[in-house]
Parts: sequence; structure tokens; C-alpha cells
Amino acid sequence: MMTEMREPTADKATANDTVLEVTGLDVDIRTPRGTVRVVSQVSFTARRGRTLALLGESGCGKSMTAKAIAGLLDPVASVSAGRAELNGVDLNQMTAKQRRAVAGPGLGIVFQDALTALNPVYTIGAQLGESFRIHRGANKKQAKAEAIDLMRRVGIPEPETRVNSYPHQFSGGMRQRILIAMAVALSPQLLIADEPTTALDVTVQAQIMALLHKLRTEDHMAVVLITHDLAVVAEEADEVCVMYAGNVVEQGPVDTVFSNPTHPYTKGLLDSVPSDAQRGEGLSSIPGSPPELNKIPSGCVYQERCPLVSAICREERPVLRETGVAQRAACHFSEKVSSAKVSTELANSFEEENR
Amino acid sequence: MLTYLRKRIISSAVPLLVVVVGVFALARMTGNPAALYLPLNATEAMREDFAIRNGLDQPIWVQMAQYFGGVLRFDFGTSMRTGESAADMALRAFPATLQLAGTTMLIAIVLAVIVGSAAALNPNGILDRFSSFVSMTAASIPDFWLAIVGIWVFAITLGWVPTSGVLGAAAWVLPVATLVMRPFGTLVQVVRGAMVSSLSEPYIKLARSKGATQYRVVGAHALRNAAAPGLTVAGDLTVGLVNGAVVVETIFGWPGIGKLMIDSILQRDFAVLQACVLLTAIAIFVLNILIDIGYALLDPRVRPSAGARGRRKARNEHRGQNNTPATTGTPTTSAPVPTAAIDA
Amino acid sequence: MTQIQEKPATQKTVKANATQRLGRPSMFSMLLRDKFATVAAVILSFVILLAVFGPVLMGELATKQNLMFMNKEPFDLSNGWAYILGSDSLGRSMLARMVVATQTTLLVAVPAVLIALLIGSLWGVWAGYHRGRRESISMRIADIIMSFPSLLLAVVVLFVFSPSAANIVLILAITRIPIYMRTARAESAELQSRTFVDAARTFGTKPNAIIARHVIPVVTPTLLTLATLEFCFVMLAESSLSFLGIGIQPPDVSWGLMVAQGRQYLQTAWWLSILPGLAIVVTAVAANMLAAWMRIATDPAQRWRLTLDKQTKKSLTTVIKDTK
Repeated sequence: MMTEMREPTADKATANDTVLEVTGLDVDIRTPRGTVRVVSQVSFTARRGRTLALLGESGCGKSMTAKAIAGLLDPVASVSAGRAELNGVDLNQMTAKQRRAVAGPGLGIVFQDALTALNPVYTIGAQLGESFRIHRGANKKQAKAEAIDLMRRVGIPEPETRVNSYPHQFSGGMRQRILIAMAVALSPQLLIADEPTTALDVTVQAQIMALLHKLRTEDHMAVVLITHDLAVVAEEADEVCVMYAGNVVEQGPVDTVFSNPTHPYTKGLLDSVPSDAQRGEGLSSIPGSPPELNKIPSGCVYQERCPLVSAICREERPVLRETGVAQRAACHFSEKVSSAKVSTELANSFEEENR
Repeated sequence: MLTYLRKRIISSAVPLLVVVVGVFALARMTGNPAALYLPLNATEAMREDFAIRNGLDQPIWVQMAQYFGGVLRFDFGTSMRTGESAADMALRAFPATLQLAGTTMLIAIVLAVIVGSAAALNPNGILDRFSSFVSMTAASIPDFWLAIVGIWVFAITLGWVPTSGVLGAAAWVLPVATLVMRPFGTLVQVVRGAMVSSLSEPYIKLARSKGATQYRVVGAHALRNAAAPGLTVAGDLTVGLVNGAVVVETIFGWPGIGKLMIDSILQRDFAVLQACVLLTAIAIFVLNILIDIGYALLDPRVRPSAGARGRRKARNEHRGQNNTPATTGTPTTSAPVPTAAIDA
Repeated sequence: MTQIQEKPATQKTVKANATQRLGRPSMFSMLLRDKFATVAAVILSFVILLAVFGPVLMGELATKQNLMFMNKEPFDLSNGWAYILGSDSLGRSMLARMVVATQTTLLVAVPAVLIALLIGSLWGVWAGYHRGRRESISMRIADIIMSFPSLLLAVVVLFVFSPSAANIVLILAITRIPIYMRTARAESAELQSRTFVDAARTFGTKPNAIIARHVIPVVTPTLLTLATLEFCFVMLAESSLSFLGIGIQPPDVSWGLMVAQGRQYLQTAWWLSILPGLAIVVTAVAANMLAAWMRIATDPAQRWRLTLDKQTKKSLTTVIKDTK
């Protein structure tokens, strides 16, 4: 079923299908130590009925990108450049009122931590029904009926009685289902899922991902999935943007990117998955850690950890360029990546050093 | 509910008993009332007669036993000053105090919620600075001085309101205005702090992501969560008002329980003093139960299923904020208020 | 490409600024950064100096009666500088009387705060460290003290013992002990479960040594801040007692007593009660502001707020405003 849906994007994508178009998005955070750019020149397109994954380690700016699109940035952060167009209208140019009209029917968000994202003092029914009261002018009774429908749709048992329960009376997985129900309540065109499974058990994770998939198909939504989990991306996403230190380092269809990465970071990530690892063989990993956001080097953002680094990488920041069919990467040496053993070797030598 | 009530009564009984016994003993240490109630040239026989009539000839523990025996029969003794039943006197004075405290708290709460929420929406804005200035000043002004300034400006210089008494609405203005300062000053900071932390919670973002208006986000989502700590502190402040309106009642001649208490202390009217102490203690006990119930209504996490212990714990956590002094003009992005760990 | 060229430069300045601010600034320089706190500290120092040296300089003037010079209005230079704040119903200089009252007021408030701080903190830390029965009994005692009508206590002391300043200090100290006890207990109960205390315990360190070496240093800043705040409260409490006639007794004089004495002249000589009250308010506000500053300065998580230079602070606030 999944493979059927995953057809080459390039020829199928028409302007009509585009729900969200992000171009050159910059997000800055002001700290007491000065302004820090946490998202830099991020561009991508989310299309109807497809899932786009923003993939990266924590702190790479993926969540910040999502919050910027949703208009939920913290006061110290702001969008300093770029556009995020939902159906051709720039979300950043909207008035507060226009934004409120879009929030819900146009754009739904699944939050990461279901325990804190649900208001502890209101019943689940009241919180689920709130969207209908705000946007459809439903009365209490109608809102409750809609809430019960939603709960049934996301697979919560006994919705008629559970509708009057409070968030703390649900398990983590159930709470996450409720959050998803809330996000899809008004069948939005765009669904942003911010690490929807991070706080959950592995078995529950799979159920939640399956639920998201089902809802995407039913409502024909565009989904932006934010995750650090390579397996989830491989399983669920159609396209992927790999982010590193606030920059998109590689993007393209998941199949292409994962089978033929053209950025050393992507390659490093993929090699660190212990899929075919032999017993006794050292697991590979990328040495070092991402730079702190106020210490991002000039030149290539990945230079500190890259095995292919050379003089030019320190001087000039590579821009995204075509490296395959609908695939782009920001590396001066994209062509070398596929052939080079990017991380395993290094990791081994790293290990030996430590011995 | 019954277990809760039982626990509550048991835990309050011991301190109450100690306080009443202490008051009983201490009051008698202030001296023999005979000196106050008999003429200076009273004979020894008259003094003896007075002591016997008021039971003062007995050893103190016998007096105490007699008193507690009476209390069990709802007999709280008679006033030496007026000969009236002490309980009647205390009960008659109590509504005046309760009305004053109630009006004051109502105004303080409404103002604090409005100003505190508005200040939290714009930390370090004009309103925030104003409210922190007010609460700092309110904590620093002696209420008797404020009352005197009020009388000087509004009653003497301008002649707008009477200087004392309970007749007419105008007579309420100065006492209430004097008393309202401190509860308002404290509450506005509590509401502001709770709102700042509540507004930074993820559920506020969730509500915004549903397209809720600012009014709805603040009024329904943030305020409801901030209400619980506010209620606890408001309860403590009300207790303080019931207990400590003495100065204001004295200055404005307000016939409340505070004035009655200080009068009976000064007049060595033991029975009335004890009745006042008991009545206040009972009122505070009832008030605390009401606060607990209100707290449970506001926050589903501490409803009976969570147990009384959790409830107390949560309340005491908020109570800590009571000691928090007002902030100066330094930018405050979020106050780290501990949220109770909750899991079903 | 131009963008890339610019980057290193900005980076360097950011770094330089960061290192400049690294390291812990002294308390004094942090105090100077906050102008409210500076003013508060100056006011309090002035009040303390007045209390120490004032009575020596003006004591005589404060008791000098001059019935020809009654109830003179303040702020009238023709009466001479000693009567700049007017004179009272006996023709005594208000200025001199207020200066003398400063000493009485502080002599009550400061010892009361120190005694309560010392006893309450040690008791609370001890109770919190040992938990169990010692803790619950201590807290019950605190509850009882708190629910006792302190007015009655004051009257008892007034009637039974002599109504001296020392006895008022005692009453105020006893009634405020629970405040420190509660705070100290809460902090120490939390600390005693921490690993560094556990570690000390496994080495066989005695409880009292652990309390002295590991618990007290941690809770001290909080308690000192609380004490500054309490100074304000105790001063108000003393003035309330004096106002009600059960505190400082004439011929001694405190600010609160002066307000009470001046009250009957409110119609004719407002300054008699308004000015001493103002002195209370100014001192209390200063103590309050200093406490607020101390709370931030002693909190490692918040201290950075006081280390910002003006420009950064300004840009930070405008940014926060812009995004609203």
C-alpha cells in the first residue's frame, strides 16, 4: 500500500497539489548574548496527500521551522526573512484575525508532549469540541457529539463515557490520539506533526504512525512530519528534508535520498543505522556533535564533522544544488559522497583511538 | 468527603485547643479585672465578692475546667463589662467584620485578576511595572497610616466621606480602600506569576493552534489554570483580614470582631475575648474547607480520588508564592512554578 | 557570498562580548547595575547612619520644649533648619524627634529580625533535615504560634512585664519565627534527599556537621532575602503595636508612636502623623526593593539579568515587545 503511493514526485507534482510552500525561511532567536539564527534559508514544498519529513538531530531547527509556519514561535524568536505560503497566501503576512481563521481548518498541529499540551482543567470533550465551537459556531451539545465522533475516529474505546474524562485520566498513547484528533478535527489541508511519537513506547509509536497515515489518506491532507527517527521517515514519508544546524543540507524523495545520499551528513546518518550489522562489528556513528547555534562556523555548517572536508568548505558555504532527480544537496563534493565510506571507517578509527 | 472532614477536624483540633488554653492562661496574666470594674475605694469584701461572682477565686485549672464544661453546653460565659452573653456579643460583631472582609476581598480579587492578567500578557510593560509598584508599596504602607492619610485627605480636607461609622455607602469607602491595598498587592503578583507560567505552557499553543481568540486563550485556558494558586493565596489573605482588621476597625470605629477583641483585651473581659478567639478560629476552619472545595472544583487533578494528601500538597506548593516579594523592573520571561506531577 | 564575508566579523564581536560577561561579577557591581536597588541601598544606609549618629547630634533638641513655638508648619525656612519639618504640640522639633525615633524603630526591628532569623532558620533546617516526628512536631508548633493572636501576646507582655523595647523585640521575634521555620524546613527537607548530602552521610559525617557544612550554606541566601523582607514587616508590626498603644511607650518615641500621637491633631497639624508615616513607608519600600534585588542576585539561574549592560537589556526588551 505504501509503495503504491510513493511514486516519483517530480512528474506528478503540479501547482494544484501544493498546499504549503516555504521559501528562504530564516528564524532568529534573541538571547542575552546576541542574536542567533536557528533556521537559515529553509525551503520546501508540502503537497496534498503526501508526507514531507523534516529530519534532524535535536536542536537542528526542525521544530523551530514548524513553529514558525504555525505562527507559534516564542516571543524571543521571530521570522526574519522568507515566506511560508499556505495555498498561495503568506502566513507571515497575515493579520492575527486571518491567522485565527486559518488555524484549525487550514492548518492543524500535533504537539510533541501530550501531557503538557492538553489543558489539565478541562474535559477531553470540551477540548476536542472547542474547534467546532470556534470555527463552526457549534453549541455545547453539537460540539460534544463531534468530539465523540472524533474520539471514535482515532480509536479511543468507549468515547461516550470517556468524553467527560480529564487528560490525566488517560494513558500516554491515548492522550496522543486525542491530540491528533484535535489537529484533524476540522480536516485541515495541512497537518504538522511535531515529533508525535517521541514520548511514547515503541509499540504505541507504530499505532500512532498508522493512525496518522490513515487520517492522511482519508482527508487527503498534506503532512509535515518532524522527526529524528530514520525508520519513521523511511516508513511514512514521501519526501525528506535533512536538516543540520538550522540549514537544509539535503532534500528530495525519500527513496532517492536514502538509497543514494549526496550529502555526507545524510550518509553518516544512514550508516549509523545498525540494520545489517554483524555481531562483533562496531556500530558506526558520526564523530563529534553538532555545533552550538551561536558558534556555527562560516563556510559549510558540517565542516567540523565531515570526512570530506577541505579548504573550500571552510571558506565558502555550499548552496543547495541538484544532485539527482528532484534531489538537492548542499555540499561541495556531493559526487564523492556516494562512493566514499563516510562514517564507518572514521568511527572505527575513532574507536581504535579510544582503545 | 467524610474522611476528609474527619481528618481536617482532627488536625485542626489540637492547635485550636492549645490556642484556647493559651489565651485563657495568658488573658489571666494581664492582671485582675477587679481593678478595672470596682471603684478605687472598694472594700476587701467587695473584691472577694467580685472574685467569687466571676469564679476568679478558684485555681486557674478549675476555672479552665469550668469554662470548657460550659463550652460543651454552648455556654461561653458572660461579659464582665455588659453582663451580656459573650457568645451573643461575638456573634453580633462578627457579621460586620465578615462584610468588611468580604467586600474587600471581592474588590481585591476582581482587580487583581484583571490587572494581573493584563500584566502577564505584556511582561515588563507599563501595566506590569505599575502593578509591581503598587504591590511593593502596598506591602510597605502601614494600614493605620494609610487610614489616617485617607481621613485627612477625603474626610477632613475634602469632606467627601464620614470619618467613622457603618451608616451609608460612603462610610464603607475608606475602610475598604485601606484594607484592599495589601490583598490586591499580593494577589496581583500571584495572578501575574501564575498567568505568566500558565501562558508559557504548551496547552496555550494548542489553543492558539485551534484558532482561539486572545480573549478565549487568556480567559478560558490560562486563567482557569492560574485560578487555583490564586484561590489558595486569596484564602490565606481572607484569613488574615478576618484576623487582623483590628487597626482599621479601631480607627474607623467599625463594630467588628477585631475591635471587640482588642476592647475586651484592654478591659480584661475574659469571656468575650475567648469567645472571639473561638469564633474566629471556627470561621477560619470553615473558610479553609471552602477553599479546599473550591480548589477541587477548579483543578480536577486534586478531586477526592487524588486524596487529601495530594490536595494539601498542591495547595502548599502554591502557598509558597505568598512569600514571594514583588519584582522590580527586571525583565521576567517566565516564572518557574512547579507543576504538580500527575499521572493516573 | 557577501553574507559569508560578513559572518566572521559579527561572530567575533559576539564572542568577545560573551567572554567579557563570563565569570561572576561582584555583588557590588551587580547592585550598581540596578538603579532601583542602588537607591534602596543608599536610603537604607542613610537610615542606619541616622539611627547610629542622629540621637547624639540631635537628642537634646528632640526633648527641648518650647511652648511659644507650637505646631509650626513644616518646610518653612524662617523657623530655622531644626524646624524644617515643623514642630509638635509641645514645640519640639519634628526633625529631631524623627531622627531619635529612627534609632528606636531600628533597635526594635533589627534585633527582632535577627533573633527570629537565627532561631527560626536553625530550627527549621534541623526539622527539615531529620524529617519524621521532629519535623511534624516542629511544624505543629509553628502552626500554633501563627494562629495565636499576637495582639494578646503584646498586651500580656505589656501588663506582666515592663513595656520596654526589649520585650517588644521578644514578642515580634517569637511571632515571626514560624516564617523562617517554614521556609528553612522546606528547603532543607528538599536538600537532605540530594546526593551530596547522601554522600556526606555515607562518610559517617554527623548530622550537625552535615547541616552546618552542606545545608546551611545553600539555604542562607533565601533566608537572608526573606529577612530583608521581614524587616519591612516587623517595622510595620512595631508601628502598629505602638499605634494601638501596646508597643513603645512614651517618653520613648518610635515612628509608629508618633503617628498615633499626631492623630488627634490631624485637623490642625497634619504633619505630626503624616511625616513619621512617610518615613516608615520610604524605609519599608527600600527594604522591599533591596529584597527583590537580592532574590535575583542570589539566584544563579536569574543572576544574568543583573549582568546585562544597558544596551543588551534595551534591545532584549524591544525585541520582546516587537514580537507581541
